[in-house]
Amino acid sequence: MEDLWLQTVSILSATLRTATPLVFAAMAGMFSERSGTIDIGLEGKMLAGAFAAACVAVVTGSAWLALLGAILVGIMMGLLHGLACITYRGNQVVSGVAINIMAAGLTVVLGNAWFGRGGQTPDLAPDARFMTLRPPGWEYAYDIPIIGPVYAFVIGGHNLLVYIAFAAVPIGWWVLYHTRFGLRLRAVGEDPKVVDTAGISVTWLRYRAVIIAGILCGFAGAYLSIAQNAAFSPHMTAGRGFIALAAMVFGKWRPWPAMFACLLFGLLDAIAIRLQGVNFPGIGQVPVEAIQALPYILTVVLLAGFVGRAMAPHALGQPYVKER
Amino acid sequence: MPAQPVGNAESPSAATRPAAIELRGIDKSFGAVHANKNVSLTIAKSSIHGIIGENGAGKSTLMSILYGFYTADAGEILINGKPVKIHGSHDAIAAGIGMVHQHFMLVEPFTVLENVMLGAEDGVLLRGGAGKARAELERLARDYGLNVDPDAHISDLPVGEQQRVEILKALFRHCDILILDEPTGVLTPQETDQLFQILRALNARGVTIVLITHKLREILAITDTVSVMRQGEMVATLPTKQATREHLAELMVGRKVRLELDKTKATPGEVRLSVRNLTVVDAKGVKRVDDVGFDLRAGEILGIAGVSGNGQSELLEALSGIRPLSSGGITLCDLEVSPDAPYGPAVVREYGLAHVPEDRLRLGVVTAFPAWESVVLGYHDDEEYNGRILMDRDAMTNACGKLMERFDVRPRDPELRCGNFSGGNQQKLILAREIARQPKVLVVGQPTRGVDIGAIEFIHRQLLALRDAGCAILLVSVELDEVMSLSDRILVMFQGRIVGEVDGDEADERTLGLMMANAHAQADEAA
Ligand SMILES: Nc1ncnc2c1ncn2[C@@H]1O[C@H](COP(=O)(O)OP(=O)(O)O)[C@@H](O)[C@H]1O
Ligand SMILES: [Mg+2]
Repeated sequence: MEDLWLQTVSILSATLRTATPLVFAAMAGMFSERSGTIDIGLEGKMLAGAFAAACVAVVTGSAWLALLGAILVGIMMGLLHGLACITYRGNQVVSGVAINIMAAGLTVVLGNAWFGRGGQTPDLAPDARFMTLRPPGWEYAYDIPIIGPVYAFVIGGHNLLVYIAFAAVPIGWWVLYHTRFGLRLRAVGEDPKVVDTAGISVTWLRYRAVIIAGILCGFAGAYLSIAQNAAFSPHMTAGRGFIALAAMVFGKWRPWPAMFACLLFGLLDAIAIRLQGVNFPGIGQVPVEAIQALPYILTVVLLAGFVGRAMAPHALGQPYVKER
Repeated sequence: MPAQPVGNAESPSAATRPAAIELRGIDKSFGAVHANKNVSLTIAKSSIHGIIGENGAGKSTLMSILYGFYTADAGEILINGKPVKIHGSHDAIAAGIGMVHQHFMLVEPFTVLENVMLGAEDGVLLRGGAGKARAELERLARDYGLNVDPDAHISDLPVGEQQRVEILKALFRHCDILILDEPTGVLTPQETDQLFQILRALNARGVTIVLITHKLREILAITDTVSVMRQGEMVATLPTKQATREHLAELMVGRKVRLELDKTKATPGEVRLSVRNLTVVDAKGVKRVDDVGFDLRAGEILGIAGVSGNGQSELLEALSGIRPLSSGGITLCDLEVSPDAPYGPAVVREYGLAHVPEDRLRLGVVTAFPAWESVVLGYHDDEEYNGRILMDRDAMTNACGKLMERFDVRPRDPELRCGNFSGGNQQKLILAREIARQPKVLVVGQPTRGVDIGAIEFIHRQLLALRDAGCAILLVSVELDEVMSLSDRILVMFQGRIVGEVDGDEADERTLGLMMANAHAQADEAA
């Protein structure tokens, strides 16, 4: 019983950790798409952010500077997407795909040129990373039955970026629904003409949205390379950008539901790891690949089965063109 | 209500008082389309100024330039005598200009309050501004009778109320010049009267009103001064007192026009189309057509009147086989249709029903196709257009040329892309295509929407001729004048139901207007 509870706690704890980059990226996607700009490039921005964080951390040894580097690179990628989609009114999906390809290629090429380890960056010392924060008194709390482990490992026991990710959700919600910027952002995603005729710049509003998306992707990337792991390795995002996008769509472009969708994907991931090598009664061992594919299969099922198209911001994907 | 001074042009202070708006030499092209040609216009302070012109004359473009939505290629704008540079709508709003657009500028999923606040939030956080905005909306409701629930979502409001929100948006920003672009297109006659009362009340408090319309009656009803636009040019400005319908129509079109149709009495024959308890439910589960039934006979025109969005489009689509029926049945000549025995557009055509769709650019023609290709759409499997393996291009081009001749389509060039014909000529092409096969039943939606007066005349005469030749015609239009002048019988639709039937000869605007708003039923309910 005790043992089962500990197992559960450890799965929950892992869930939060795997969900963190998804939450950052889903919030990024939400800001971008609420403004009407499709963000397929979450994956690429996250990957570039992860690479930038690792490089800066290697050179400076400072986790904070590394985070800043990731954010700046995220912003730059966001601006590139903005230039293509907002200023030049290009196809938003194509631009996003281009960003993904560019990030996947550049990180490997530059990593190889600079560090020569097949794209891997050197391992980081604890100082250059965001390390696990232990909540006060966790050693004693640990011995308290039931709630003790929860305090020590679910509420506490994560690195700073995990907390920032879950704080980003209420903050994002508040910005979206309680500030002037949020009102305008939601409006521009529904109908840019309305915003334009209300005397507000559509272009500047959408640029701000893609910049915010860039910043959040920077956080997500930094989390992967300098918090959860101790180095950057090629393609380390492994489709998380797309899963986050799916979670955001599943959450109908709203912060709280999107977060819960991220947690669901995180949970599946955590469970999948536990299930490896487990003997199922009557089935026997399930191949690792099948279990690892579970979150992706769920994504497809959820997206195909449960999300109505009608919920998307109305102007999503359409560049704002006044004169035909 | 006392009469307003005409355009202030005659008042002694006119010379010293600067005009509210002065446009000098405004020029604007969209690619090859020269929408405004060196337009100059002066609008006196505190007047009601009408701008009239046919569809495509450039009225909306001119006003959108004034409101900063488009930038002019050349020209100057003076507000209250001072030259201003308008780079965007914020400049226009700052100069005291408000605009009610032809297609409302409202965020549908937002509430009234959010829409009114957007762009005028008063602070970074919404909470403080929302309280003030609520109070201000209450004041405006009291002062001008502009009542709307601030917490209602736009998508739940009828168009008349949506328009009020648009006016409130402008007043909330303290405009003293209010531009209304075709505000009455979506209103019943009674709602139009209400709107005009509001406009008069605003005008009495010194707001300058610019009213854009293509309806002569409205110009004569409310304006002090009227300007006429034709093909991008400002052709005349005169005091409304000196204007007559005929004169204005002539200025708009550039030649004499006959406003009346001579129509003989109909001689209805056998029933060609019979609709029984027809109900159509849309994808969201909303009942769009609700228990509708009628008979359409050979040799008559049955008109369907109603404010747009009351189920007319869905009825048209169901009749022409584009949209499945949910319940009820249709008998088309000897084809029986029910939800269990559905039909499609091809079958419908085979049984002699032709359809001129409401939205010609979406359902009528393919804009990127040349005329000869669009003219065979829907009939492309006919023998005459097909060789043994390939389609017979010469046959199609020839057929197109003949139809263009007969229906006076200009320019007479089968190779021209459909998108490059004017609205009137596109409509003539579609009509030509559908009428050419001598259909037994013709279902037409908005036959003259966005069509110039010359083409309207032509299309109306064609429809009457077709009726006299024994075709059964169902005419759906939101233009009440059109329904009244063409129909032998008129049905009125409201929220998907038929709420009244009137004989064509006895129809008058007031009765139809009351039916369109379903005022009788509501009065009964209240009683
Ligand atoms: N955004 C636009 N892009 C290209 N052409 C346009 C645009 N808006 C209007 N036009 C063209 O300019 C002409 C004038 O249109 P408009 O000002 O809307 O006329 P009106 O309001 O008098 O009906 C039309 O030929 C129309 O097709
Ligand atoms: Mg117009």
